[in-house]
Order: sequence, then structure tokens, then C-alpha cells
Amino acid sequence: MDMTAMCDVAFLLLTFFILTAKLRTEDPLHVDIPASTVSQVVPDDNLSTLTVGQGKIFFGIEGTDIRKALLEEMGKQYKIPFSAEEEQRFSVIPTFGVSMNQLKQYISLDEEQRKTFPQAGIQADSTATNELATWIYQARLVTRNLKNQELRVAIKGNAKDEYPAYKKVVDVLQRQGVNKFILITSLKGK
Amino acid sequence: MAELDTSGGGKHKGGKIRSKKASTRIDLTAMVDLAFLLITFFIMTTTLAKPKAMDMVMPDKSKKDVQLPVPESRTMTVLLGSKNKMEWYIGAPGKSAPTVDNFGKDGIRKTLIEQNKKIEETHQGPDNYMIVLVKPSDKSTYKDFVNMLDEINIAGIKSMGVVDILPIEVDLLKKDGLY
Repeated sequence: MDMTAMCDVAFLLLTFFILTAKLRTEDPLHVDIPASTVSQVVPDDNLSTLTVGQGKIFFGIEGTDIRKALLEEMGKQYKIPFSAEEEQRFSVIPTFGVSMNQLKQYISLDEEQRKTFPQAGIQADSTATNELATWIYQARLVTRNLKNQELRVAIKGNAKDEYPAYKKVVDVLQRQGVNKFILITSLKGK
Repeated sequence: MAELDTSGGGKHKGGKIRSKKASTRIDLTAMVDLAFLLITFFIMTTTLAKPKAMDMVMPDKSKKDVQLPVPESRTMTVLLGSKNKMEWYIGAPGKSAPTVDNFGKDGIRKTLIEQNKKIEETHQGPDNYMIVLVKPSDKSTYKDFVNMLDEINIAGIKSMGVVDILPIEVDLLKKDGLY
């Protein structure tokens, strides 16, 4: 049997997949995002994602250089010194949901152990200096210093959760003057 | 077997005996196997459906003195309740009875377009568009909220806002069993 054509097709498909696809990142907090008809894609850089679901809030930010600088700033804020090695390890964590007290311990774990580590989410009460607000505020400062751009904040909410869970995050954002943000949705037809 | 045949082939006239050429046929089976293995790997590990970004702007809470007065007759308020339902009314709360509506093509989308048209016809331009206020109650889901914003987008409403719900409006939802 002549397999030349089949080989051509296979490699064509392979090239297509390599070029178009983006590696799937493992989400520590699984959320079922709602669907909408908007076609604008989520930006790749200069973005912080707040994942809201199961009554918890997880914080994530793009860019390894920003993550490093952010951890240093957060260490100063909470008077927890982080070593250069810890900053390096932190820079590859895309999303996390641990408090500042537990962060050192969480960073020291390897990738497999991190998956089973009980993450309680980042605390966000009604005070202006709660941990989530501090993370976002410092992330905005770091982004402005390093890239001279305003940080974009995206909210990834669970479709079945009730509205107050989302409102809580918006209140944190609005308290520091962030009135424009992105809601992450999947695509559906009209 | 899988082969790439690039030899000239055919019989030559004259019947001269030629020295046998080395075959240029290559076995492609292993290569095809490998290609499909890689395709499978890429299909399994990657996401093609990229998430979409819905832009959201909330009213600035720190500036209280810049709010423009809005005519009641152009304002439509949508209250999001439980059970994936909502109710809407035009004007001030309590004056006209709210209408319970569903999501979807024949539900709120139709209502939005119809009401928008009606308001544009009955008001003088240029500011004769409808203003939609979305008030999600504590019992509504995040999905309903995103759906509502999406419907407003589809209907092409020029002006909308997300506002906190008032106790009197919660009572309206309670009356219809949506809270």
C-alpha cells in the first residue's frame, strides 16, 4: 500500500496542532466557566487571573519576572524574607491559593506534592488590607515598574456559584480603584 | 507495503540488459506511525478552545457627584432571581408590576429589543436610547449574571450598569418565588 499521501496528511495535521495549540495548564482549583458569545480572546501577558470557586479565591499572574519581583515585594510587606531560590521556585507557579503564612512551606514542595497540598484559598475579608487586596495592589505596582503598563485583572468564576462569591472579588478590586476588568468565559453560539 | 516508488519503471525498447539500479523505495510505515503518535499526543495535551474575555466596567464608587440624572421612563431594571429566572420593569421600583422572564432567544433578548425599540420611538433624540440596570440578587448565580451581560451585548444596548439590589426589589422577587 502506498502510504505517501497518508504520511503527508499526518505531518500536515501535526504541524497544524503544534502551531495552533497551547499547552494545557493544570488548574489547582477546578471551575466550570460560563459561556458567552463574545469573541475577544484573553490576553496572554500582563494579566492576573483570580479564580473563584468552591468558596475559595486563587491568585495567578503571568510572567516569571513579574512573579519574582512580586514575591520580593510581598515578602517586604509581610516581613517574610524570601531567598533567591524561593523566588526562582515561585516564578513557575501559575496559580496558588495559600495564605502568606503557608506560602514558604508551599514553595518548598515539589510539583507532585503541591497538587495534594490543601489550599484554603486567599483570604479576602472586608478590610482594605486583606491578603488578596495586597497581592493585587503589589502586582499592579510591580507591573507598572517593570513593564510600564497597567495590570489587567481577569476573573474566572464558577458558573454555578451564587453571585455574592463574585461580588466579594469585585468589591476588593473596586476598593483600590480597579473598575475595569475581564470576565473569562467559554464560547457559545447565539 | 508502504513504499515510495521513484524508479522510472517501464520496459525499455531494444532489450538491452542494463545494470540493476539500487531501489529508491523507502518504507514509510514507521514514519506514519510516529506522525500519528505525535498527533495523538498533541491532541491530548493541548487546548484548542481558547477562553474568551468579556470586558466589564463597573461604576466608579469613589466619584459620587458626577452621576447624571436619568429619566425614569428610559430605564429598564432587570432583577436576577433564583431558578435561572429574572424579572424586569420600566421606571421606578414598585410603580409598575414586574414581568417574570426567562433567558434565551424568546425570553429576555426579545424583551430587550422590543423595549428598546419602544423607548426609541416614544422619546425625542438624540438621547433616546434605553438604559438597562442589572441588579443581581444574592440568590442568582454567576452564570445568570454573565448570561444577562451577554444578552445586553447581543441586543446592542448602548448604556448599562450593574447596581446593588434594593430591599424593596428583593421583596418583589420574593413575591414571585424567585428568592
